[in-house]
Amino acid sequence: MTPHMLTRSLDRGATIFLAVVAACGILIPLSNLLLPAGSFLQVPTYLVALWGKYVCYAILALAIDLIWGYCGILSLGHGAFFALGGYAMGMYLMRQIGARGVYGNPILPDFMVFLNWQKLPWYWYGFDMFWFAALMVLFVPGLLAFCFGWLAFRSRVTGVYLSIITQAMTYALLLAFFRNDFGFGGNNGLTDFKDILGFNVQAEGTRAALFALSCLALIVGFLICRFIVSSKLGKVLIAVRDAESRTRFLGYRVESYKLFVFTVSACMAGVAGALYVPQVGIINPSEFAPGNSIEAVIWVAVGGRGTLVGAALGAVVVNYAKTFFTSGVLAPYWLFMLGALFILVTLLLPKGIVGTFNSWWETSNEKRPAETTASAAAEDGITEPKLAEKRS
Amino acid sequence: MPTNLSARFCTFVLSLFLIAFALPAFAGPFEDAVAKFANDDFSDTEEAIGVVASSGNKLAFPIISALQDGRLMADPDSKKVYVTGADGKSIDAATGQPVASVPDSASAVRLNNRLRRSVDAALGSLTLQSPDLGTRLQAAQSVFKSHEETALEAVDGALAKETNKSVKAALGEARAAILLFKPDTTEVEKLEAVATLKARGDQEALALLIGMGDQPESVTKAAASAIGSIQNSLAVWSTVQNAWYGLSLGSVLLLAAIGLAITFGVMGVINMAHGEMVMIGAYTTFVVQEVIRTRFPGLFDYSLFIAVPLAFLVAGAIGVLIERSIIRFLYGRPLETLLATWGLSLVLQQAVRTMFGPTNREVGNPSWMSGAFELGQITITYNRLWILCFTLAVFAILLAMLRYTALGLEMRAVTQNRRMAASMGIATSRVDALTFGLGSGIAGIAGVALSQIDNVSPNLGQSYIIDSFMVVVFGGVGNLWGTLVGAFTLGIANKFLEPIAGAVLGKIAILVLIILFIQKRPRGLFALKGRAVEA
Repeated sequence: MTPHMLTRSLDRGATIFLAVVAACGILIPLSNLLLPAGSFLQVPTYLVALWGKYVCYAILALAIDLIWGYCGILSLGHGAFFALGGYAMGMYLMRQIGARGVYGNPILPDFMVFLNWQKLPWYWYGFDMFWFAALMVLFVPGLLAFCFGWLAFRSRVTGVYLSIITQAMTYALLLAFFRNDFGFGGNNGLTDFKDILGFNVQAEGTRAALFALSCLALIVGFLICRFIVSSKLGKVLIAVRDAESRTRFLGYRVESYKLFVFTVSACMAGVAGALYVPQVGIINPSEFAPGNSIEAVIWVAVGGRGTLVGAALGAVVVNYAKTFFTSGVLAPYWLFMLGALFILVTLLLPKGIVGTFNSWWETSNEKRPAETTASAAAEDGITEPKLAEKRS
Repeated sequence: MPTNLSARFCTFVLSLFLIAFALPAFAGPFEDAVAKFANDDFSDTEEAIGVVASSGNKLAFPIISALQDGRLMADPDSKKVYVTGADGKSIDAATGQPVASVPDSASAVRLNNRLRRSVDAALGSLTLQSPDLGTRLQAAQSVFKSHEETALEAVDGALAKETNKSVKAALGEARAAILLFKPDTTEVEKLEAVATLKARGDQEALALLIGMGDQPESVTKAAASAIGSIQNSLAVWSTVQNAWYGLSLGSVLLLAAIGLAITFGVMGVINMAHGEMVMIGAYTTFVVQEVIRTRFPGLFDYSLFIAVPLAFLVAGAIGVLIERSIIRFLYGRPLETLLATWGLSLVLQQAVRTMFGPTNREVGNPSWMSGAFELGQITITYNRLWILCFTLAVFAILLAMLRYTALGLEMRAVTQNRRMAASMGIATSRVDALTFGLGSGIAGIAGVALSQIDNVSPNLGQSYIIDSFMVVVFGGVGNLWGTLVGAFTLGIANKFLEPIAGAVLGKIAILVLIILFIQKRPRGLFALKGRAVEA
């Protein structure tokens, strides 16, 4: 990634976005740790954890936007990659508990002792080492996405078919992880974490650091996505989105492009899950529920698909609304609101918040002629992606 | 209290019968035995059970059944024993005289597991000669299960008197079971017993033969061959059973998917709220039954006949409304349709949850839908059978409708070539609305049927939506026959995988197999042939 490529791939919105995320990533942990508790500007620890969760969701939304907004692959199973990353991290955290569990077994996690297992299953080996777990966070979702994508794209499963199949995939994983004999804690999942890299998971400092790390991951993820979509490869992806057959007839190996971007996106989702688990303190099979994955898609739709910034923004906005409404007297109406959000956004705001804002900005700029606001990004033709009009 | 009455009647007839055959009821030993219940000693209680059961006294049945239910009260001080009825009245167990009240010092006679077995056996032999056919059959079967030696005499006695064929067979099997476990039976009798059990040929006979312990060599040999033959026939029956379960599951899948085959298959609209249409149908059934329960209790058996058209109309009307207000703006944007209808499904679920509460609602089975009958070694429940018939009927009607009615013709025309159909004067948007309404209405009908076998809760639809999509995708979009074959294939495959892999792994295996299958045939089993390349 040359400096030139990096700057070229950043427009004004992206720069503002990165600056805001970086500022949050530095200022929120600092205010939490340095300012005295109860002070006006101090961010309480529970808010740090909550916003850390939102940032993880934002990474997941970026991953979905990368494939949906730029390649037209609507995955309804991205929650599965997110959860797999989370489980990989959860396994590491479980192994770190060691002999401090309820049953005091130095090797086996509590639920295995409870199920009367004698030795650790082979797939738990190595998770006592952080580097291995970190590798698995990328590798497991990536491998699943690679195999799944290879099978699906090769046989040209596209559009809603792919969506349904991905939903079935996460549903199958949901069923599998619910089983006790699968070796991942069944219904209860993995919880009761103590340490991460020797630091107490519950400690304020650790939480602040995790928040900062999540922001860093969001920035890195954003840069990677930005780099991909503004490269030559990104242009082919957009071509695949808008006219898949035509791109194929022009001689591009559509499957390979799709497979690449799908796998990258799954790895990103895995990282988001891995950061999510220590901040939330639990990972259980409900993360695989098909509903979760679809909800993640609506974050992207609300923010604006094909804008990256919008995806992250949508994730934060929708989840903030969710927290706000489900904790108050309006709790019974949240599902009405969420449902209405799905319908209204698809009907009235198909470009999402950021997409709508961008097109408004551009038309208002066009009214003032002779201004050179045709930025590098517009030249790339990515600020306002043309949504596929007709693809039945 | 009919049970009490019939029990008394049985005892009465039994005692008449015993008196007629001049089996004198000695008052002395019977009363002594009854008093032993008050000793609070398990071996004394066991002895007492044996004596009372074989005494022929008319009080024997009430005493033993009271003992089983914990209604036999014994006073350790006065050594008196009382039978308290379910109605609160009590009698002296030794004399049968009513007593005003049971003394406070009396407590229920305690039982352990061994005693419970002998109580069961004693009750079994006491009811073996009941005038009621069902009671006799049940008694014979319970003796078969307990195969207590003590019951042999009673079985022999009953066998001599029995005229009904099936009870006689059951008694013969009970006798065989007892003989097989009795240590002093001759080899010939044991061989006969093995042969009888072999003829019975079910799981229980198999268990008896396997667990019969040390036997003479010839008997062991005969038993081994009997076990082999029973296992073979059981394997055949379990295949039949699995096939039946598979058909039954397939019919449920077909019912849930058939509406989807219209909206998704024919119109190409992906409706994630389809499951909620099923749920609305189920709740319509619930409302119909509530109204019938409170206003016209006599009509309960006809509730489903009323619910089916109503559910069709309600779900269909909601479907038309959805099509007009949301879906028609999203034609040609399948992914957006998917999201919008998912949102719609959330709204509908929450609306139903607000109106009817989040818990399961009870929907009753009409009398003609409850119960079961036996076919060989398998049990077929009426509700599953009717649902299978109903599904096939709905399928046939739908097929005929698409084939022979004007609306069906228009639907097919619009599916095949929308612009051409419009040019020929077909109001395509009207056809769209009606088609979507039809698909939703059929989902509503499915809800009526599913309310009979599943919990009626706001989440009812969600559990079917993924399966339904799998069926449609597997069977091939745009072809009702594909949906039929797809549903039954998946149902049967699921039920055959279940015993091998377990319910959950079986389901996962099916999902994986479908994903692999789509590799081979991306357009499903029965794909529409055409030259169109998708955009």
